[in-house]
Parts: sequence; C-alpha cells; structure tokens
Amino acid sequence: MLALLVGVLSSTGVYLLLRRSVLKLVLGIIFLSNAVNLTIFIAAGLVQGKPVFVSEDAANPADMADPIPQALILTAIVISFGLVAFTLALKYKYFSLSDTDDLDELKELEE
Amino acid sequence: MTILLLLSFLSAIWVPYMPKILNKYKGSVLASLPLSVFILTLARGTGLTGMTSTSTTYEWIPQLGLNITWTFDGLSYLFLLLVSGIGTLILIYANEYMKHYPDKDRFYTFIMLFMASMMGLVLSGNLLVLFLFWELTSFTSFFLISFKHEYEKARQAALQSLLITVMGGLALFGGIILIGQMAGSFEIADLMEKSGEIKSHRLYVPALILVLAGVVTKSAQFPFHFWLPGAMQAPTPVSAYLHSATMVKAGIFLLARLNPVLGGTPQWMILVSLIGGLTMFIGAYLSLTQTDLKAILAYTTVSSLGTMVLLFGIDTQASIEAAVLFIIIHAFYKASLFMIAGMIDHKTGTRDVTLLGELWKPMPKTFIFASLALLSMAGLPPMLGFIGKELIYEAKIQVPDIAIILMILGVGSNIFMVWVSTMLGYRTFIEKAGGMPKPPNENGWRMLLGPFVLVLLSLFFGLYPASISGFVEPAISTILREPATVYLSLWHGFNQVLLLSILTVATGFSLFLLRKKIIPVLKKINSALFSIRFADVFNKLIIGFVSLSKKKTAVIQHGYHRFYLMTIFVAATVLIWFQIYYTRGWNVDVEYTRQPYYVIALVIIMMGASLITAIAKSRLTAIISMGVVGLGIALLYLIYSAVDLAITQILAETLTLVLFVLVLQKLPRFARLSSRKSRIRDAIIAVAAGSFMTILVLKSFHVNYNHPISDFYVRNSLPGGFGENVVNVILVDFRALDTLGEITVLSIAAFGVYSLVKLNKLKK
Amino acid sequence: MKTIILQMALPYIRFILIFFSVITLFRGHNFPGGGFIGGLMASGAFIFQALAWDVNSSRKTLRTQPSVLIGSGLMMALLSAIPGILTGKPFLTGTWVKIPLFADHTLKLGTPLLFDIGVYFTVAGVVLMFIYTLMEEWQWK
Repeated sequence: MLALLVGVLSSTGVYLLLRRSVLKLVLGIIFLSNAVNLTIFIAAGLVQGKPVFVSEDAANPADMADPIPQALILTAIVISFGLVAFTLALKYKYFSLSDTDDLDELKELEE
Repeated sequence: MTILLLLSFLSAIWVPYMPKILNKYKGSVLASLPLSVFILTLARGTGLTGMTSTSTTYEWIPQLGLNITWTFDGLSYLFLLLVSGIGTLILIYANEYMKHYPDKDRFYTFIMLFMASMMGLVLSGNLLVLFLFWELTSFTSFFLISFKHEYEKARQAALQSLLITVMGGLALFGGIILIGQMAGSFEIADLMEKSGEIKSHRLYVPALILVLAGVVTKSAQFPFHFWLPGAMQAPTPVSAYLHSATMVKAGIFLLARLNPVLGGTPQWMILVSLIGGLTMFIGAYLSLTQTDLKAILAYTTVSSLGTMVLLFGIDTQASIEAAVLFIIIHAFYKASLFMIAGMIDHKTGTRDVTLLGELWKPMPKTFIFASLALLSMAGLPPMLGFIGKELIYEAKIQVPDIAIILMILGVGSNIFMVWVSTMLGYRTFIEKAGGMPKPPNENGWRMLLGPFVLVLLSLFFGLYPASISGFVEPAISTILREPATVYLSLWHGFNQVLLLSILTVATGFSLFLLRKKIIPVLKKINSALFSIRFADVFNKLIIGFVSLSKKKTAVIQHGYHRFYLMTIFVAATVLIWFQIYYTRGWNVDVEYTRQPYYVIALVIIMMGASLITAIAKSRLTAIISMGVVGLGIALLYLIYSAVDLAITQILAETLTLVLFVLVLQKLPRFARLSSRKSRIRDAIIAVAAGSFMTILVLKSFHVNYNHPISDFYVRNSLPGGFGENVVNVILVDFRALDTLGEITVLSIAAFGVYSLVKLNKLKK
Repeated sequence: MKTIILQMALPYIRFILIFFSVITLFRGHNFPGGGFIGGLMASGAFIFQALAWDVNSSRKTLRTQPSVLIGSGLMMALLSAIPGILTGKPFLTGTWVKIPLFADHTLKLGTPLLFDIGVYFTVAGVVLMFIYTLMEEWQWK
C-alpha cells in the first residue's frame, strides 16, 4: 500500500517535471523529493510506535526504528526546502526577464 | 641543481617586479642566470667521463613511481651547456632587439620560464618528470610564438604549434606509461637496466610509436614539419633560441635519452631513420624556394633536425658520434644565423631576400660572421660543420641495408644545403639590393656578441677539433653506455667520404650558379606537387573537428529543459525495468495486513491529492493538494516512529506553503502549454517511472537487512554522545561533518536567492 | 494578510515560538527536537511578523541581518570542531564537560550542543533570508 503511494507520488513528480510550466516543475521537485524520502524511510523497515530514544536502562536496537534513515531524511527535508526556495527565486528571475512561465521559451531567450 | 632550477623559475616571476632602473638592461641582467648555470655546469663537468652520472632523487609520489630525479651525466651536461650558453647570448641579444617592443616583461618572463623548463627537461632522470617539463616547454613556447598576439598570423602559428606539440605530448605520455608498465619504473636509470626486457615485450612497438610521435611532433619531423616555419612569427630571439638549442632539440634529446632503452631494434632503425631521412630531404628542398630569411632558416632547421633523427635511427657508434657533434654544430650556426637574420630585419626593415642586398658594405662585421656561419651550415672547411658533415657521411656509409637510399637522400639534402647557404649569403650581402625600407647600418655589440661568440667557437673547434671531444665524448658514451673516444680532425685523408664532400660542394655551387633557371622550375613543381599544404590540411582538420562538436552539441544540448529531464527519466526507467525483469525471480509478496485502517485512509487521501495536483488547472488547488500530501507524509513519519522527521516535515511544509503563496502573487496562472499528445506521452513515462519505484519499494522489504551501523549508533548514543535522541545524536555528533556540509549548502542556497533577486534589482 | 487579530496576537505568538524553539533546541539531545527543528520554528516567529506587519518591522525585531545569523551559525558549528582537533581526535569529535548540579542532576555541556546551536542559527538565518528577500522583492516593500 505504501509502496503504491510512493509510486503515485513519484509518477506525479515526474509528470510535473516534464511540464513546460516552471511552477509545475517546482511542484514536481517537491513531489519527487517526498517520494524519495518515503522510499528510504520504508526501505529501512517500518516500526510502529517505537521511536529511537535510548534510556539508561534499556537499549535494544532490534526493538527500535532505524535511526540512520531518519537522520538522512531529516537533512533531506531541509535541503529540499532550500532547493525549492532557490528554484522559486530562479523562476521569479526568469519570469521577470522573460514574462513567461514557459520553459521552452528559455531556449529562445538564450539565442 | 634543484636550487638553480627553482631560481630560474623564480626569476621568471620576478621579471615584472624588477627595479625600474634595470628596465633597459633586463635582458643582460637576466642573462647572468643562465651564464652562472653555464659556468657551474662547466665546473661540474670537468672530469666527466660519461660513464659516471650523479643523480639526486626526491620522492614526490612514490606510490606512482613519481620521483623527482635529477640526473647529471654526459648527455645532460652537453645539453645543459647548450641551453644555458646559448640562452645567455640570446638574452643579451634580446636586450637590444626587444628594446622597442611593448610588453617586454611578458617576453622575458616567458623566455625565462621556457629556459628553466628546458633545463629541467634535460636534467630530469624520471620519465614522468621529463614529460612534465616537456609539456611546459610546449606551453611556454606557445606564449612566446604568440608574443605578437595582435597579429592573426602569430596567433594561428602559435595555436598550430601548440596543438601539434601537445598532441605529440599526449602520445608521448601514452608511450611513457606503456614503458612504465613494461618496466615497472619510470626512472630512466632503471629503464636502462631493463632495456632488454622492454624490447622483447609485446607492447614495445606501440610504445615506440607513441614515443616517436612525441619526438616527431616536437622536433618538427615530416609530416608535422610545418609548424616550425609557422613559428617564425615569434620575435627573432625566440626563433633563434627555440630552433637552435632548445624546443626542437627536446625531441632529439628524448631520442638520445631513450636510445639506450628503446633503440637498437630493427623497428627503431627503420622508423626513426626513415622519418629522419625524409624530413632531412624535404626540409632542405623546401628551403630553396623561400624568400623570407627566417623561413629559409626554418626549413634548413627542419632538414638538420631530420639529419639528427636519421643519425639516431642508424644507431651505430659512428652515427651517434655524428649526431651528438651535429647537435652542437647546428646549435652554433643556426643560433647565429637567426640572430643575424634578426639584425638584418631590425636594421633594414625587411627579411625578404629579394629586397635585400649589398649588405656587406654597411655591415661588414655582420657579413663576416654570417659567412662563417653559412660555411658551417654548408659543411665547408675550416668550420666545425665540415667535420660534422664528414662524420655524417661516414655514418651513412656504414649503414648495412638502406645505405643507398640514405646516401641519396643525404647527399641530396646536403647539396641543397650548400646551395641554400651560398644563395642566402649571396642574395643578402652581395647581390644588388631590391629596395630596402630602411638604410642599413652596423649593429651594436650586444647584438653582435652572440653570433661572434658562436662563430668563433665554431671556427675554433673546426681548427682544433680535439678540443671539443671533452664535450661530446661523455654524451656519446652516455648514449652508447660504453666509454667512447672520439678522434676528430679536419683532414680525414683522401677517401670515399671526402669524395662525396667534394661532389656535394661542387654540385651545390653549380646549382647555385644555375639558380636563375632552376628556381622558377622548382617553384612550378612545388606549386603542383605541394598543392596540398600540410598546414592547410591540419587547419581544416581542426576546423572540421570544431564544427563537428558544435553540431553534436546542438543535437544533445538542444535547450529544452524538459527533454533533458525526459531523457534522464526514460533512460533510468528503462534500465531499472530491465534490471527488475532480469532479477524477476524474487518473490514479491505484499502484506496488506501490516497497515491499520487509518494508514490506508491516509494513503488514499494522499494519492488523491497527488493526482489532483498533477491535473489541477488552478495554481491554488495544486499547491493546497501538495500541502495535503506533505502533511500526510508527516503523519506517516509520526505513525512509524520518526518524531523528529514529522516535526521537520510539518515545519518545512508550512514554510514552503508560505513561499508559494508569496510567489503566487507575482506569477501568472497556469497556462495549458502542452498539447494533448505530449501530456499523454509524459503520463506514460511518469507511470512507468512511478511503477518501478513501487516495485523497488516492494522489493526493499525483502532485502535481508541488518543494521550494524545503526546498532552501533543506538548503543553508543548515550554513553558516547550523552543523548537519548539517537537521530539527533547522529546529526550533531556521529555524522556532524555531514551536517556541517549540509548547513553550508543551505547557506549557499540562501545567498544564491539573495543575489538572484538583488542582482535583478541592480539591472533595473 | 494584514489582519488585526494576527497583529494583536503577534507578540504572544512570537514569544511562544521563539521560546519553544529554544526549548526544542536544547532538549533535542534527549527528546524530539534539535537545531533543524528549532531553527525552522524560530524563523517561523519572524515570518509571522513579516506577514502580519511587514518585513521591516520583522527585521527590526530581529535586530540583525539574516546573513549574520548564517555566518555566526556556521562559525559556531566550526568552532565546535576545534576542541576535538586539539585533543587529537578526528575532526568534529564530540567533547563533553560534565558540571554536577544539585542532587543527581548534571549539566552536560559539549561541543555537539554548540554544533546544534550553530545549526539552529544557520537554519533560521537561511529561511529568513529566503523569505525576506522574496517578500521584499515582491510585495511588502
């Protein structure tokens, strides 16, 4: 079920990335990064209700969720936020220069 | 030695910062450096027998067999003397010659750099280091040739020489690596030990060809001879230096250096001597029809280089002797002739022999030096050139198989040399002038010093040939790897060789007398025979290559962003699908039972929202549904015990929404830009990509996955990191370097946004 | 966007957000939280102000430039690496000092904490820089 969700999310991401509109491109990036984060998360194995907090007495790693993917994803989320912000700024710049949302016109702009 | 080399490099950098008072005498001041090298070398060289060699090794990257080794033996002794000695004279000469040029500093910097790299080249005892200096000479000579960069021609010539020599350099590098592979070392001393092993190795021939490609291009051998005449665009001191003692001799030096390693096989003999012979003949022949003084000299240089290569190819004791001697002879007379050509150009304003004439009256001293140098070039007594030519003939006669061909080529080109020498002297100094732009007068002592010293040496050695053997013997024995004694004399007795010499001179002179009839004919032949000019072919090749890559770029880099992405996605999808198909043996069993009902509900909502985003026509709808998906993911994280993730996801999602809201105000609505067709196509790609992701995730359940690293983190989080939140401990302690990198990236992004927006403002 | 309710509530919201962001930051080592989350929350406080009033007032409250935040945050993170180097351990090795407090509580101070504070400031600075720049450019001039 979750696998299907990842599939849908990444399809959406890819589809949006292939649009000509820049805004959709940005949306696509968000979707794709979400999908990938989720993939990593799921791949590490799902453990319900056992966050990784160790205390002095009990520390049995087998009982807990895997902390590494979580740490990875945590940084990935923040990074993708930065990426989105940057793309938006780029898009704004592009729009203010070319007055269009169309990526294909980027080519004509170059020439 | 290292200190001296470093000093040379440093002095190049120092040039622009020299005190102003020295401005006029920069050349002379700088000349003190090669002069001291010369004297030091001379001092070290006394008592050098050729079998002794001192080397100093500094380890650089020993893992790669890369050591900086300076070897001081007979061969490097001789070359070092040439490079530094002629360098001294050239710098003094340049002091005068370059007086009125702008950018003198640039000139001196590069010529010092060049000189230093040349010294490094001849001293290096490790092939890799040698290659390094080899390339350095290529680059610095590029800057020297293009010195008058405001002229199209100079730029072209420089580019041509650079491309050719660097291409050759690349081949050489390949050859060196092959040799290193065969012998397991790049130290020349080691290579000599293993020479037999290398020669019998199956990679010997490819290595030989590659090394020869380097030599051929560097030393302007046929069919790459054309860059040398082109390089005459450089200021004359450069031509004189590059083409007498250094740049082109680098190839010869390499031949001599590697002769003990690679030489002595039939392949070596045939390849090397054939190339050399052809070049020798063609160069001499082509020099006949030139009218530019420097071009004539350039072609004769090509011919002389051919001779040297040929001699190394023959590879007998006599031929090596002749080659080493000839290197000296050639350096002497060619440097002085170039300098003289430069003086004439300087004083009269032209280098065209048809315009020049009767210069012996205004420039008597120059005339005397020039005629002596020309005598040496023609190989006439009493100059050193005569001895050289005798030796060369002797060497050629000794060749077993191809003696006759070589003889014909050799005598032919020597005839041409005699012819061209007489013609050169006659037309410049004696014949009636064709109208010179400036009235000539005699040159200053600084300019005359070079030719004077060199010609005098040439004459002295010619008259007392025994005195030169102290210089050539060590070099020869280094190459031959056995003690050699050379007996030189002007008079060899009446033998076959002398006969040949007489024949050569006589024919040369008679051809000279008949020149008025022959030259036009030759010109006609040339224009018919050489309608394809090598330089042009080369240029066309380059242009063709450039346009090919342009076309290729235009196809691949078409500028449509989404097609780039499409290529990536399609490629990835196809490849991964293939892999999935390939490994389809794995069972994919889906456990539906795992998720409780609320997860399923959440997932369905998210999928719906995601689809809505994909097809939404309104921006707001799209963004809101995207938000739904984002929050849904946060919930999933929460459910599956990733609290930190959930919080972060929520916050980031909120901020993203804020950003989008900001953007929306200023940006246009979604336009339906794509056609129906392309949307369907993209949808198919998207579904394909999405489905492989699904399968990937399904499969990831089945990877037998144990987490030793995670266990380590979990176990050590409290005792080592003093934290109960393992995720956080990982972030700030165990993997802090990653996090540091990450926040740096974030900062860069922030500044990127800032500059993008603010720069825009500035433009307005 | 300039609603009175938000404007009135702002001081409290801001206080709460910043207060909790600091708390999240410090308790991050043992409970959910940490520099990333705290930083995002703190920046949220100022973004609220920028939305409720304008960027200038938000900037005034911040008292410093976002770029200064970024710079000091990175510096702190780097500084936290130095003790590790000095003691000859690998780069960024955590070093801890235990200060015994009352009863059986101990205050544990260590370079990872400093590092986390650095992350906090950097993230906050970065986000604010994004938002301020874009807002100034587009709307609230």
